[in-house]
Amino acid sequence: MTTVLEVRDLHVVFGEGHNKVHAVRGISFAVEKGECFGVVGESGSGKTTVLRALCGLNTSWQGQILIDGRPVPRRRDPAFCRMVQIVFQDPYGSLHPRHTVDRCLREPLEIQGIGQRDQRIADALDAVGLDRSFRYRYPHQLSGGQRQRVGIARALLLEPKLLLLDEPTSALDVSVQAEILNLLVRLRAERGFTYVLVTHDLSIISHMCERLIVMNVGRIVEAMPVKALRERTPENPYTQQLLQASLGYDRAAVERFQTFD
Amino acid sequence: MAEVMNDPDRPLLRVENLSVGYVTPTGRVDALRKVSFELGREKLGVVGESGSGKSTLGRAILRLLPKSAQIGANRLEFMGQDLLRLSEAGMRQVRGRQITMILQDPKFSLNPVMRAGDQILEALAIHGRIGRREGRRRVIEILKAVRIRDPERVYNAYVHELSGGMGQRVMTAMMVVTNPMLLIADEPTSALDVTVRMQVLAIIDDLVTRRGMGLIFISHDLNLVGSFCDRILIMYGGRIVESCRASELHNVIHPYSRGLLESLPSIEHPKKVLATLKRDPAWLAGP
Repeated sequence: MTTVLEVRDLHVVFGEGHNKVHAVRGISFAVEKGECFGVVGESGSGKTTVLRALCGLNTSWQGQILIDGRPVPRRRDPAFCRMVQIVFQDPYGSLHPRHTVDRCLREPLEIQGIGQRDQRIADALDAVGLDRSFRYRYPHQLSGGQRQRVGIARALLLEPKLLLLDEPTSALDVSVQAEILNLLVRLRAERGFTYVLVTHDLSIISHMCERLIVMNVGRIVEAMPVKALRERTPENPYTQQLLQASLGYDRAAVERFQTFD
Repeated sequence: MAEVMNDPDRPLLRVENLSVGYVTPTGRVDALRKVSFELGREKLGVVGESGSGKSTLGRAILRLLPKSAQIGANRLEFMGQDLLRLSEAGMRQVRGRQITMILQDPKFSLNPVMRAGDQILEALAIHGRIGRREGRRRVIEILKAVRIRDPERVYNAYVHELSGGMGQRVMTAMMVVTNPMLLIADEPTSALDVTVRMQVLAIIDDLVTRRGMGLIFISHDLNLVGSFCDRILIMYGGRIVESCRASELHNVIHPYSRGLLESLPSIEHPKKVLATLKRDPAWLAGP
């Protein structure tokens, strides 16, 4: 197994003095080639902050991030973008409202100076299951699921090694969610992608991932194989409570809930 | 009248062939198509995807739809009152007092420039003369009832100073302080983390059960509704395609309901490929 991504003692701090927030407090993990690695946590756990540091949207982190054994540059360079791409949570907010699908997909190719653009755009649309007729439409002419497919197509175009997925289906209806999850599973099988999937939904983790880490207030509370999740045998009390809450409403269980800080 | 209202076996709400439509330049759009159901003192879940009409149903009961909406029904009766023929003044006596509604996101539906406690007090004051001191006492009491540990602090807080779960408790407090008979909750916990969600649901559950209220719980989350409610209506394209007891959710037969259930990923029994929904236009016409 080769390690695609390695994170060592990552810290992210926002603000100064009185307003200082230590959002990520020294986390380390490694992601192997071809696996889907889950990052789970509730709001404020720092899971999205980790992802933003990984893809270069936040440059003020401390620690080490290695991709393919090489430290990532603070400032994203074109080579980095060909290696790492991200699919965002909100398909309504992450596509430019006044750019057609074609223009949105063409941009990364132009920046990278990649040729055969028309062919590549057509292939990317095919890969995510969108008809060619979508190519010259604007985002407002698409449904949420179609927009998320465009977001995935955009991430695929540069054939990255590592795909970061930030709650890719939380804005979608369950039947559309199933289509997008199936698409992500199929793409990984066909192209050997490595995924880092951030979500609060344990059932998506169980469906997609092999291993996961559970985060709470900026720390990793537990790292485990997905088997432990499926068989309900996590060791950490925080994870146990999260799992219990995710299995459905149980009046008696709520009484036993604690707060973990 | 009083006897009618206190009879626990009589349904609180009777809805027969409720339809809501909007006239647009390109023709009429039906948001609700002949919806019929009865509600007793129970927790009734309404599930469906976006655009299924579940929120329109909640708003139609309270007549909170825009003026352009065309509402028609053979019966829309709440505790013996015909809600469709009630005057606007009569409706104001119903809204916020006999029927209340919890909305999805406290950040957008509470007043950002009014202290949380004062908003609850306002709800009380509108529906009955109440002194400042007595009002404050009742607000603190209801804040304790929704399990807020530090009610004095929360009383004086603004919405942006409260977490999502705390904000939703404040909204719940505001909606039950007038002792309504029917609570409509439109995705009350979708914006909350799972553990907080369960805590807020437990509060709603306790209040509804203890006071013998009716609850209409609108949600897109089948598993949640299945474990929380007593009975479930499944909506598609403005129609109720199926209804069942919550405990029987896994035996539903309508292809849409089955499709929804099968498209859900499961923690304990993961599948290789999730089933996707093939929509049949015939579902819009009849069961």
